[in-house]
Amino acid sequence: MASISLSEPLQPGRLILGLNYLRRNKALAVGLLMVLLLTAFTVIGMLTIDPKNAYPLSVEPKQPPGAKYLLGTDFFGRDLLSEMVVGMWQTALIGVLAGALGTLIGIVLGFMSAYFGGVLDAAIKGLCQILTPIPVFLIQVVIAGSLDKRDVTIYTMAFIVLLLAWMWPTLVIRSQVLTMKERQFVSVAKLSGVGSLGIIFGEIMPNLLPFIAAAFVGQVFSAVFASFYLAVLGLGPLREPLLGNIIWAAQGQGAFFNGWWWWPIWPATAMVLVLGSLALVNMGLDELSNPRVRRTE
Amino acid sequence: MPPVPAKGIGMTDLLNLRSVTKVYSRGLLSRTSTVALNDVSLTLKENEPTILTVAGESGSGKTTLAMLLLGFIAPSSGQILYKGRDISRLKGEERMTFRREVQAVFQDPFAVFNPFYTVDHLLSVPIRRFRLAKSRGDTRDRMVEALTAVGLHPDDILGRFPHQLSGGQRQRINVARALVLKPRLLVADEPVSMVDASLRASILETLRALQQDHGVSILYITHDLTTAYHISRSIIVLYRGSVMEAGDTDTVITNPQHPYTRLLIDSIPWPDINRRWGQTEIKAQESESSDHAPGCKFYSRCPFAMDKCRETPPLFRVSEHQAASCYLHERNPRISSERLSELLP
Amino acid sequence: MAEMPVLEVSDLRVSYYTDAGRATALDGVHLALNAGEKLGLVGESGSGKSTMALAMMRMIKPPGRIESGRVIVNGTDLTALSEEAMRKARLSKIAYIPQGAMNSLNPVTRVGAQLVDAIVAHEPSAPRKEIEERCRRALESVDLKRGVFEMYAHELSGGMKQRVCIAIDILLKPRVIIADEPTSALDVVTQRQVMETISRVQKQIGAAVILIGHDMGLMAQFVDKVAVMYAGRLVELCGVREMFTRPLHPYASALIRSLPSFSNKGVFHGIPGLAPSLLRLPGGCSFHPRCPHAMDVCRTAHPKLETLPDGRQVACHLYPQKA
Repeated sequence: MASISLSEPLQPGRLILGLNYLRRNKALAVGLLMVLLLTAFTVIGMLTIDPKNAYPLSVEPKQPPGAKYLLGTDFFGRDLLSEMVVGMWQTALIGVLAGALGTLIGIVLGFMSAYFGGVLDAAIKGLCQILTPIPVFLIQVVIAGSLDKRDVTIYTMAFIVLLLAWMWPTLVIRSQVLTMKERQFVSVAKLSGVGSLGIIFGEIMPNLLPFIAAAFVGQVFSAVFASFYLAVLGLGPLREPLLGNIIWAAQGQGAFFNGWWWWPIWPATAMVLVLGSLALVNMGLDELSNPRVRRTE
Repeated sequence: MPPVPAKGIGMTDLLNLRSVTKVYSRGLLSRTSTVALNDVSLTLKENEPTILTVAGESGSGKTTLAMLLLGFIAPSSGQILYKGRDISRLKGEERMTFRREVQAVFQDPFAVFNPFYTVDHLLSVPIRRFRLAKSRGDTRDRMVEALTAVGLHPDDILGRFPHQLSGGQRQRINVARALVLKPRLLVADEPVSMVDASLRASILETLRALQQDHGVSILYITHDLTTAYHISRSIIVLYRGSVMEAGDTDTVITNPQHPYTRLLIDSIPWPDINRRWGQTEIKAQESESSDHAPGCKFYSRCPFAMDKCRETPPLFRVSEHQAASCYLHERNPRISSERLSELLP
Repeated sequence: MAEMPVLEVSDLRVSYYTDAGRATALDGVHLALNAGEKLGLVGESGSGKSTMALAMMRMIKPPGRIESGRVIVNGTDLTALSEEAMRKARLSKIAYIPQGAMNSLNPVTRVGAQLVDAIVAHEPSAPRKEIEERCRRALESVDLKRGVFEMYAHELSGGMKQRVCIAIDILLKPRVIIADEPTSALDVVTQRQVMETISRVQKQIGAAVILIGHDMGLMAQFVDKVAVMYAGRLVELCGVREMFTRPLHPYASALIRSLPSFSNKGVFHGIPGLAPSLLRLPGGCSFHPRCPHAMDVCRTAHPKLETLPDGRQVACHLYPQKA
């Protein structure tokens, strides 16, 4: 059969399309930029400062921000800059740990539940639905409060946070997979001899990547936020310079009344920036994974 | 033309549907049930590749039939045999063979592509799964061969994403996929209805070439009798899950015997100024009448409805290659539905 | 006949600004329609026919934009109207039956309420009883029972829903009705019913109809004139009889030749090649890469839409007319 070759020139590369998209999706662009900057601060910080300075009795206490101590020091003799860096690092650790684990559980349970259906689905869905209405904050406080102070580490914090966070990604991924598995390209894959695992990992999962990314960011957000408020209440690993801890300590010493305004200000600002950037990225990813938007490529 | 071996004993049919019925029941009380397909039998012979049209509107059961043949759903009663074996009992190696030999081309050219991958994925996956190629290079060769055979330039196609190609191109890639697998039976479910009218011709021609040059039997499912007329030799007309008329395509379309077929033919918008819509009156169907009323399914819309029609009419053989299930033809000999395939040329 | 055309489109240009660049969807389209006329707008996907409809209704949303041109209905230039005035003009001057219109019916309100809403939006002070009566009569005119007024959309079949949409569109007796592939989701028998309904109501209210689609068969059954679009431009406009017996533009004649018919069973004539990407139109005549009659001038100069002595219009260098 004769046919004329009219090769449509390949569209501009993926990178350019991506950048063009970021121009339109301002939330994602700004959020990513902020995350990038915060990460840079933390990484460069960890490489340059002396982490020992983030712990008590290391430097001159109660110094305002100046040339020697860029962000000042606190009542206990901790360099605020070091505290910020180490605190951010630990916050990131908790966030990513709890976030990644939560998302992973969500993927595994969500996929299995949606794809295989039947009793398994009913069980997982039922469990999620029973656990969801439990007031998370309350339980976290109770658990954290009843632990021996010495047992509370960053990792136990991550665990406490994870305990009641995994249900949401499970349910949300499950519903996405439920719709995806009815799509015709899944039927075609079956006709092409692809088995269940091949369909889950090869066909469905790649399409859910923006979605999974959004769930991950959401999880990190919840984890970071939870670690923050638990620490502010004094339920965190008190020795560590977690951002919430710094504020709790500052409050305990009456920082504002004593004129040490810099002590709580830096962690509070940092927390706002961290949570804000995560929220923006989440909003942006939300738009990305919305199929109506994807078409305008 | 592939050589046709002499008919001998032990020749199994390619496909055998025996009184297949599919009922969907809704709700726990299963009071509302829909009969999607009612006692349909047909046979496709192994060494006589043919194109059989299953014609009907939505709700006729044609999609259900496709899903049954592909093994995606199981019949409520009756049997589906592929090369003599019940497809619901196939396991392991045999099931893989069935999968490979029975393929489909679907209606929506876009939906069959996984938007995450380039279009190569649609072709490379089956090649890999069915081990049709020995190396990467071999895989690519086969893809190129199939794409060229459907009139596409591989350089324009490979490496692109589905949204970068036109509907016509996408559907041709679909057909190319069928070519790569060289199935024995191809279920084509409305393959051209979502393609621009000007491109339909070439896709249909490819399907016909598949049958003539590669010995593939095609089950062409459609509601568009114009295309059916051009491509198939035999036809079965379904309405609400039951066979209304069956036989040789030419005869059925030029000389329809069942009132429903007549209505269908009359409503076709022929691209011909001199053939405007006919005078057959359409009785407007006000609402979905109950499926449970016994008798001929077409009763409520039929201009010739008689009391007798409240009892399901059997198939009456009107000529050697045509039969209609309508009491208007009761003077003709009956033919049981299992022997439907005798009507088809 | 020096009749004032009820619809006049001049030099309509529409572009879409995508991430990959600017796509020219409509490139200077001229069109005129008299009252009571039925025009078929034919073309492949991407030819611009749906964009035409949306542009005439001023329903183009970003990233699309009407760059220039005028759409004059009964003397009023729709492109010059304010948002509010345009909103009033929709349904009362120009109505639109979209593809899959049945999905645009509100599933949670009764059909009657939606009909009433359409009238109330334009005539807020009309008495309730009179509005209801008009709605019921509209339902009758599309061959539905008056009782459908009380029903919900999900209780109706696809064809019935589509006819409800037609009823809504004729309530305010618009001068122009644009039907964009109104039957593509419907079966052949229902399709015939719906088309016959459109035909009947059009005669009743004396409106002009533009039927958009790519099914030449429907055109043969329904329209008086056919306009063929390709890559955002109008390439031929003539009576339906002439289109089927003697199409002039090479694309139009290829289209006609590719149609299956009784007389040439089993013979297929496709159109080789592909429609061009709207992001990168070929120079000169957009059809020249696929045209069997392409000449040198076709590669460089864009043919204008000329009117032939017999009233037909064609944009092709094969038929040059003296300016």
